[in-house]
Amino acid sequence: MKNIFAVAGVVIKELYRRKDFYVLFIVTILICVVMASINIYNDAHIVRYLKEICLDLIWLCTLVIAVTTTARQIPAERENRTLLPLLAKPLTRVQLILGKFLGCWLACGLTLLCFYAFFGALSASREHQLPVANYFQAALLHWFMLGIIVAFALLGSLIFAAPSSNATICFVLIGGIMFVGRNLDRVALTLREPTRTIVYWLYFVIPHLEFYDMRDLVVHNWPTVPWLYFGLALLYAVFYMGVFLIGACLVFRRKAVN
Amino acid sequence: MAASRTYFWLLVVLLVLCFGAAARLEPQFQFMRLSDDRKHWVVDLHTDLNVKPLRLSRATGDFFNVALGDSRRMFANNFYVKADEYYHSGYYPSIFDDNAAFKTAHMAEDTGAVSTKNSGDEHGFLGPTRNWIDAFGRHFFPDRHTHLDAGGPQDDLSNSGDVREILPWLKLSSDLDPDNVQTYTVTAFWLRERMNNAPEAEAVLHDGLRNCPGSYDILFELGRVYDESYHEHGRARNVWEEAARQWKKTYPNLNPEEQKDSLLVMEQIATHLAKLEEDAGNLPKAIDWLQQAQKVSETPDVLQKDIDRVKYKLSLEFNPILKPLY
Repeated sequence: MKNIFAVAGVVIKELYRRKDFYVLFIVTILICVVMASINIYNDAHIVRYLKEICLDLIWLCTLVIAVTTTARQIPAERENRTLLPLLAKPLTRVQLILGKFLGCWLACGLTLLCFYAFFGALSASREHQLPVANYFQAALLHWFMLGIIVAFALLGSLIFAAPSSNATICFVLIGGIMFVGRNLDRVALTLREPTRTIVYWLYFVIPHLEFYDMRDLVVHNWPTVPWLYFGLALLYAVFYMGVFLIGACLVFRRKAVN
Repeated sequence: MAASRTYFWLLVVLLVLCFGAAARLEPQFQFMRLSDDRKHWVVDLHTDLNVKPLRLSRATGDFFNVALGDSRRMFANNFYVKADEYYHSGYYPSIFDDNAAFKTAHMAEDTGAVSTKNSGDEHGFLGPTRNWIDAFGRHFFPDRHTHLDAGGPQDDLSNSGDVREILPWLKLSSDLDPDNVQTYTVTAFWLRERMNNAPEAEAVLHDGLRNCPGSYDILFELGRVYDESYHEHGRARNVWEEAARQWKKTYPNLNPEEQKDSLLVMEQIATHLAKLEEDAGNLPKAIDWLQQAQKVSETPDVLQKDIDRVKYKLSLEFNPILKPLY
């Protein structure tokens, strides 16, 4: 466990040394401030459009950070020829994978913390209320969804040749699941066999990332998600993280490191 | 590598050329206007009320026309639908759902001046749950039909002012497509009705009239601002009478579907004028407007009762009921 945390610590340090996060965070703040300064029929209480824009930017930025940070972890170690010395230490391949995953996931958590703190401050400044439970649910579900993505990108970094191709495939798949995933079964009904059966099975196999998208509920001030379903969604995420991590460990076990 | 660099520089050069040409040509469009039949350009060196400004000018702050061209209408429609989605607090059908109950935006339907094309179940467009993933997923997005006007997700009628949240999207929609009459009337209705902001509503409608001169929908809504918010009945009468004149002028040129949609507005104009005249004591005029409303109404029987009532009221003025001596 100590080894895993040591690797994770290095990944987190890498995040705050790089400029990606700072740039994206400042750009988000600037866009939101500009949007907030727009005068709409002299009504200062209009806020939901601002919340939606801010949340959309947060989703976009955290996705970019999660995928790009994770996709380059193992390839960068291999390129810099640091992978072999790293594994020469008392560190197993499984520990390395888990460390990288934990580091990326925690780094995403820290990023989310900053973004949601800004989002909370922005909406509270206009709405004069802070629904902490809603924001907590939204942020935690978001973080667990990023966990699935980090695990998937880590698996991808061991399968695909370059970080760029891995990142592109990740973005395409994430976009596809977010936009169509919920209705894939209905899409399947319009297709012919055997595509219908394949797409229908795909619907049950893919991780349904849309479960973790509470943006509409937060923007429009809906009540919190029932805590039972909230907990089940977290378990669902843990299951998929486990599946992708086991896959990554199995692939990495047979992979040549030099 | 060298080839890609060449393409990159070519792209940069094209970009600079486009912006340069746009910057060179665009100020000249300030003097160009489209004729009333929208078929040819005219140089507008003097103010001519028969031609409509094209609004391509940077000076007017209309960036969207220059940047997006005609595609802006597509975006405008998208933002109009977005406003209706906000009106439902996010509970809105996607392209995969049955949208028969959302053909006409509910935020426009609730203004009472738009004929509806909606049918079907607005509450249950999601249908019964299809499987466990669908059932589970419904806990993570809005799953109940509400209107912001009626309290939204909290069902709290004191929050009906939250309908203000649709306004940014309506404003964006009208900026992108200044020719869409409904955007102005819907914006003005909610500004007046729920925000109690009649001056802004009036400004929106005047802006609408500048872009869509002679629109009877906008004139009708403007009359409502004068009548209901400012209680200036004389001005309201003038505006509504102009609206009725514009409707009569426009009606023959509309296509059958537009003609059908316009009947409701004309009925509203005529009944509002009838009410105004009745309150002012001009009963023959009130009867005249009610009869005009009856001609375009889908429920002429209801209006006949009103006509009978006003006629009876009129008869009382000329034939006072003889009271018994004892």
